[in-house]
Amino acid sequence: MSRRARLLLLAAAGLVVAGFFAAACLRLPAFGAAVHPYGERAVAAALGQRTANTVSSVNFDQRAFDTLGEESILYASVLSAVLLLRLARDERKHEPRPAPVLPSTRLFGAVLLPVTLLTGGYVVAHGQLSPGGGFQGGVVLASGLHLAYVAADYRALGRVRPLAVLDVADALAAGAFSVLGLVGLVAGAAFLQNTLPLGTFNTLASGGLVPVVNAVVGVEVASGVIVLLAQFLDQAVEVVER
Amino acid sequence: MSVFPYLMAGWILLVGIYGLATSRNLIQAVGCLSVAQSATYVLLLAVGYRRGATAPVFSDLPVGAPVVDPVVQALALTDVVVGATVTAVLLALVIQLRKRHGTVDPERLTGLRG
Amino acid sequence: MSDTLVVLALLLVAVAATGAALTRDPARQAVVLALLGLSLTVLFTVLQAPDVALSQLGVGTAVTPLLILLAVRKVRRFGRREPDRDEEE
Repeated sequence: MSRRARLLLLAAAGLVVAGFFAAACLRLPAFGAAVHPYGERAVAAALGQRTANTVSSVNFDQRAFDTLGEESILYASVLSAVLLLRLARDERKHEPRPAPVLPSTRLFGAVLLPVTLLTGGYVVAHGQLSPGGGFQGGVVLASGLHLAYVAADYRALGRVRPLAVLDVADALAAGAFSVLGLVGLVAGAAFLQNTLPLGTFNTLASGGLVPVVNAVVGVEVASGVIVLLAQFLDQAVEVVER
Repeated sequence: MSVFPYLMAGWILLVGIYGLATSRNLIQAVGCLSVAQSATYVLLLAVGYRRGATAPVFSDLPVGAPVVDPVVQALALTDVVVGATVTAVLLALVIQLRKRHGTVDPERLTGLRG
Repeated sequence: MSDTLVVLALLLVAVAATGAALTRDPARQAVVLALLGLSLTVLFTVLQAPDVALSQLGVGTAVTPLLILLAVRKVRRFGRREPDRDEEE
């Protein structure tokens, strides 16, 4: 098919999608409407489970089975990216030479690295109370760790990043989510049902299963993203063709 | 105003698809896909918004205060992170393509090779 | 007042998304994508979704652009050994 014919086809399809989408939008509840029946029920259920951050309650309690699916996608993508980017037979690793870094950049990194790691840990740990949780805190932890690469060099990053440990941590955390689901079964309830003691509202130990699953997801996201970025960094910096 | 945010989400989706379909570089195509994907977050959060309400976090709110819909937020939040790892798989596939077929231009990728 | 903010943030996101989709060079696109991630973060904050804003901030402005830049670098490094067919465009 010629380029022109393809663009025409795309334009026609785009017009159809745009037309139906606009028609569907006109039938949606108006933006900012006061009635959210589903949301209100979710809020009531979250407060009943003594979880202050209702979003975390939806993710790790009310819709925990859905999140199990999401985190399996995450685990599968990390695994497939690692497989796709493994060292092929016609490639070898070539150690890069350390590049000079400005002293101010080095200081900036040395000060900010512990601050970002602490922030990431805080965001994971307070997921059931304040905005944050395993998914967000995991990403903060993973990207914060790479300040070591910005401020020092590739070898410094290797020292603060025990890849072998993180590989195992990723797999263990992915499995732990399913195992935590069995807690509900043992207690005679449904898979992933929140049967742990609920604790006091608005304290770190509130929400029963929520903080536990939240922490497991935090470990998985952090180690998964670090392993992913490590594969890409290896490919971009170290791996060359023979 | 009552449908403007939804229409913006539709625009982001279409412009992302346009970039994807006319791309001459697969890495750029993956970037366009993530643009199209962000349309879903805009649409979800726009549907869940409630005028005059606050974020659905009750650590410093009285119980019963009006809040926006937490369900759509939970859906968007997990997908943002999972979407990034799927982007990584697509980029890994592009790197493999470049290794085995010598190009990242979809127009030059013709014919199957084992 | 809050509606004005929402409209402004939406327009910012729409402009950034259009720019990102129309940028042809992937390395430049990564930068525009980071801007899109930042404007999405602003929009989500205005829409009272701090949880989503936080994950968009980490993913949209740091992880995705970084992955794209690393993939670009890897793909360009191949070209040093053999004549690069991508440079012709």
